[in-house]
Amino acid sequence: MGSTQLPTPRINGTGQQFPEGTESGDPATGMVQLLGPDGTLGTDPVFSDYAKRLEPEQLRGFYADMAKIRRFDQEATALQRQGELALWVPLTGQEAAQIGSGRASQPQDYIFPTYREHGVALTRNVDLSELLKLFRGISNGGWDPTENNFHLYTLVLAAQMPHSVGYAMGIQRDQKLAEAAGSNDPKAAVLAYFGDGASSEGDVHESMVFAASYDAPVVFFCQNNHWAISVPTEVQTKIPLFNRAKGYGFPGIRVDGNDVIAVHAVTEWALEHAREGRGPVLIEAHTYRVGAHTTADDPTKYRQSAEEAEWRSKDPLDRLEKYLRAEGLADDAFFDQVKQDGNELAAYVRSTALALQAPDIHDAFAGVYAEPHPLVAEEQAWFTQYEAGFESEEEAGH
Amino acid sequence: MATMTVAKAINEGLRATLNHNAKSLLMGEDIGALGGVYRVTDGLLKDFGPDRVVDSPLAESGIVGTAIGLALRGYRPICEIQFDGFVFPAFNQITTQLAKMHFRSSGKLTVPVVIRIPYGGGIGSIEHHSESPEALFAHTAGLRIITPSNAHDAYWMIQQAVECTDPVIFFEPKRRYWLKGEVDTENPGPASDPFKAHVLREGSDATIVAYGPLVPVALAAATAAAEDGHSIEVIDLRSISPIDFDTVEASVRKTGRLIVAHEAPTFGGIGGEIASRISERAFLHLEAPVIRVGGFHMPYPVAKVEEDYLPDIDKILEALDRSLAY
Repeated sequence: MGSTQLPTPRINGTGQQFPEGTESGDPATGMVQLLGPDGTLGTDPVFSDYAKRLEPEQLRGFYADMAKIRRFDQEATALQRQGELALWVPLTGQEAAQIGSGRASQPQDYIFPTYREHGVALTRNVDLSELLKLFRGISNGGWDPTENNFHLYTLVLAAQMPHSVGYAMGIQRDQKLAEAAGSNDPKAAVLAYFGDGASSEGDVHESMVFAASYDAPVVFFCQNNHWAISVPTEVQTKIPLFNRAKGYGFPGIRVDGNDVIAVHAVTEWALEHAREGRGPVLIEAHTYRVGAHTTADDPTKYRQSAEEAEWRSKDPLDRLEKYLRAEGLADDAFFDQVKQDGNELAAYVRSTALALQAPDIHDAFAGVYAEPHPLVAEEQAWFTQYEAGFESEEEAGH
Repeated sequence: MATMTVAKAINEGLRATLNHNAKSLLMGEDIGALGGVYRVTDGLLKDFGPDRVVDSPLAESGIVGTAIGLALRGYRPICEIQFDGFVFPAFNQITTQLAKMHFRSSGKLTVPVVIRIPYGGGIGSIEHHSESPEALFAHTAGLRIITPSNAHDAYWMIQQAVECTDPVIFFEPKRRYWLKGEVDTENPGPASDPFKAHVLREGSDATIVAYGPLVPVALAAATAAAEDGHSIEVIDLRSISPIDFDTVEASVRKTGRLIVAHEAPTFGGIGGEIASRISERAFLHLEAPVIRVGGFHMPYPVAKVEEDYLPDIDKILEALDRSLAY
């Protein structure tokens, strides 16, 4: 195979220089924050440079995205309450973590979401009505993951994490061949989402071991929203989650997940780090699930409303609005337009969702295997005949 | 034609795959420099390098999970699970992810992953090293499960598993790794379809269905029965999912009697599935109930008593006697 082998596992697990980023953030908590809850922009030795690159148009875009996805979330919740969806998984409160990270990704990057990344889906141009198919019992997926490099939602917690590492190992091999062939295609990385609850799953550990061993180009993005249904983060971990990266031998960064500018900056840095072949990064975005875990959940049974109120005061949209207005980057007309766009999106999603046609069970038979399978064919033939029996009974007037 | 062991045949099959399919790669614990604990991948690291023959961290869920990711990127990973009893850390990835990816994406995604698992007992090993968990996987739609019983099949079936667009679990009969046989590396012959059963011996009085490690036992039982004047047909199932019921049914229509033998416990096993299907398809051709010969409803016992546990020639002959006397 020649001289350009992929990195082999580092037996001692050491040798990785920690990045400039570790000097960033609050000295006590390690938290990287640029845009505070009061809407003022702070500084950071590393990540301010990333923030400075943002054009006003991008900042307005962040706000528009966050407002849109919050409005979408309200509409989907309403659809569930009206009996049109079996379940909904609200994201409200986590808009900055999702929009900031999603907007930091490049089209050639591949995204592995959990099941709450509606905001990331928006940034990847997935038709949001497609997201509702899963929750309306129409499809287990809905969208074509290869179209926007946005994988299907995964409901088995953390099961997508090793997939993300394997995909990154594939990218690594592809890039090596491309470079050997003199290709100038942009380099790619993988962005894998998980939560504070899923961080306890063994698949997260195994993924981080594999990623570290092979220097896989993957960014692990943990949205620590503080609650795994009813169980607080303290039950999942005794130390801040981003610190775990140190144990695996790659950089970990904690970021204010309600600060879209900081989230965008650290994710951009991490993805560049991964794309350049410097290995994986763990980002812990400190955020809060303002609503319920799902529409079947009742947070009043396990947490205090004072805590919710405190987090509402750190709202990701409010602080960006304050900043945009204070800097003269957006006016009433802009915010009115955003509201109107949100309502239009909601109306579109509602009408599209209600118009979704139920699939045919024969499509399910067709999906079990990629190649012909005698048992599936036999059972499908039986079912076709069984169905036809009812039709002929009807014709006979029974 | 070349004479080689089953282990060498799989090794040669993997080598042919790595040569022909640039997207194929091997992953597993100790498969590189060591060549695997059974040396099935011996020499492949040297010839194909660490990008194609990947010594993985010691984590089965990680192996299968990353293989799924590689497959999503267009690769054809071939995973080695070191022993049957160690596949369970990967059970979640295999059953909830690998088996369902094509289905839940409505056919938009394929995950052509092969999982090689040495399985079965009879080698005097310690616990968790002699199990036959095939029924646990056969119950999961979306997987295909095949198992060779001889070197020629092993050589071709491992390559066919990699070519298959669906995920395939490839159970390797570990106590037959050293069984030698003739391999035609030019022409698969009757082995061209890995999902078809083979009639290895024709007979008229009863049929024995077996697969993997029990195929030589079934053939020996048929030879012994012939000495008593009974003409026994022996079928090597080869594929556990799907099962080639047509071949089994055709045989039973001829012989009227069926014995199914496997090392796995009979309760909830492949034998029960075959008995049920054949009863539905050929009830009026059966002269006796279908009899299963298999493991007891107990965890695989310690090596010193495994001979009492494992189906052997005598147990199959006893079942044949019962069937013929019915």
